[in-house]
Amino acid sequence: MNENAMIEVKSLTKRYAGRTAVAGISFTVARGEIVGLLGPNGAGKSTTMRILACYLPATSGTVRVAGFDVFHQSNEVRRRIGYMPENNPLYSEMRVREYLKFRARLKGLGWRRSRERVSTVMEQCGLTDVSRRIIGQLSKGYRQRVGMADALVHDPELIILDEPTIGLDPHQIRAVRQLIKSLARAHTVLISTHILPEAEMTCNRMLIMYDGKILAADTPENLQRLVAGNSQIIVELAAPAAALRECWSQVPEIETFDVSASEGEFQRCALTPRDGLDLRPMIFALALQNGWVLRELTRNRHSLEDIYVQVTQPSEEEEEES
Amino acid sequence: MRIFLTLTRRELGAFFVSFTGYVIIAAVTLLIGWSFVVLMTNLGSDPSPMPVTQLFYRTYFFWLIVLLATPIITMRLFALEKFSGTFETLMTAPVTDWQVVAAKFTAAVIFYTIMWLPMLPCLFVVRHFTDQPGTLDSGTISGMYLGVFLVGCLFLALGCFASALSRSQMAAAMISFVLGVSLFSLGFLAQALTAAAQWKTQLLSYFGLFDQMNDFAQGVVDTHTVIFYVSVTLFFLFLTLRVVESRRWR
Repeated sequence: MNENAMIEVKSLTKRYAGRTAVAGISFTVARGEIVGLLGPNGAGKSTTMRILACYLPATSGTVRVAGFDVFHQSNEVRRRIGYMPENNPLYSEMRVREYLKFRARLKGLGWRRSRERVSTVMEQCGLTDVSRRIIGQLSKGYRQRVGMADALVHDPELIILDEPTIGLDPHQIRAVRQLIKSLARAHTVLISTHILPEAEMTCNRMLIMYDGKILAADTPENLQRLVAGNSQIIVELAAPAAALRECWSQVPEIETFDVSASEGEFQRCALTPRDGLDLRPMIFALALQNGWVLRELTRNRHSLEDIYVQVTQPSEEEEEES
Repeated sequence: MRIFLTLTRRELGAFFVSFTGYVIIAAVTLLIGWSFVVLMTNLGSDPSPMPVTQLFYRTYFFWLIVLLATPIITMRLFALEKFSGTFETLMTAPVTDWQVVAAKFTAAVIFYTIMWLPMLPCLFVVRHFTDQPGTLDSGTISGMYLGVFLVGCLFLALGCFASALSRSQMAAAMISFVLGVSLFSLGFLAQALTAAAQWKTQLLSYFGLFDQMNDFAQGVVDTHTVIFYVSVTLFFLFLTLRVVESRRWR
């Protein structure tokens, strides 16, 4: 067993009556990582998280958190996890401080320690102003923070947040992200989302889930590189088409190119570089060298959105098969 | 133990911050007061040698209160948590299933006991205005309260079970009401079936809640009955525990 692994999932499968929610996924999360579980609704993210948090049993496969099995040593695991479920359910009749204190006590903290921790997390999550307010009367943003504070209150090693920014306004989303980032040093964080920029901004690593399977797992940069092979460079130059064709064919880094006439004497070229290299400086130098007028030079960089769409959509062949 | 107490405190708190808790207490107080008035009027015109506590059970108000109030007390316990999703936060905290069940049941029992308190002053009023000390001694009162308590435990355990089964509070209340009424009527079946086989009537008479309560009200505590109540209560709590656990093997 890996000493450094916080979460170890091996061929985890979860079947509900007549439906497979998670189909044999495996992944590990190292200590101190922020990992994003990304995927469209119904991809199996919440189910995976619920199994990790010991709420649901797995149909087959093993899941270990901090070296403890989630089924057989469930209490040990739960002590080490701060879990915020989807939609952030709270006891709406309780007051903020009262609720957090109740949760801290429930998670086994002593009287003095729970007081200390409740004050700390309330400050951390910006709840000090509303400590006496009734949870049911708080705004959605504040309620979300109460949920986060609850997940943090016993200073867990692993924090699992299911859609932490859903339904918040941009300002609040930013605050939540900031909070998640600030947790990175001391905790391991697993968040699920279907919003890409969120994962891109907060996570070290992303797992893209679709239909109960993990389709890709890597850093946001690497995932970008993965599909950058199909990225294109668009150049518009005032030059004879033949000269341009000649020129492009001599550059070994260019895999394919296409030259078409644009308005006036300008030619529009679409170049596909090998291995996703960035050829723009070289093209500029070439234009300068030949004295061509350059009016556009752009690179169609694939954003995570493209990657996401690309991996979560069945490819054309698959569609034909089905 | 600490976790059990923390949970019990929250459950009990939930009764008193919600409107429902006060509505139940107010309604029960009204019914107790009403039955008391009825009792006094009858007693004035038609003196009876029975203890007041026993007379109280004869008015049927008692059973009305038990059968109606217990489903309303217990319907919230599991159904609301499942409905609002807080059941997930609760069960992912390091708590065991039996701690949750025991805490919820205990809170319900405490609330139920508090609910019956308005009856005490009524009894003392009787005591004050009658010159016969025999009408009301501490024995009959404690016997009666033990009876009230045990019957309550039984119906509350039944309510816990119904609440654990359902996500809807209304459904939970209805299930426990139907189960409670059926259990209550089983005792009367014994009287109706006198012609049937001996063992059948014997069995059914165990369920004669009405008659047993009558004994308690006279201050007679029968170990038979006590054991019966305690075991049925434990049985329903066990069923509740199994239902709560069921999410692990479903």
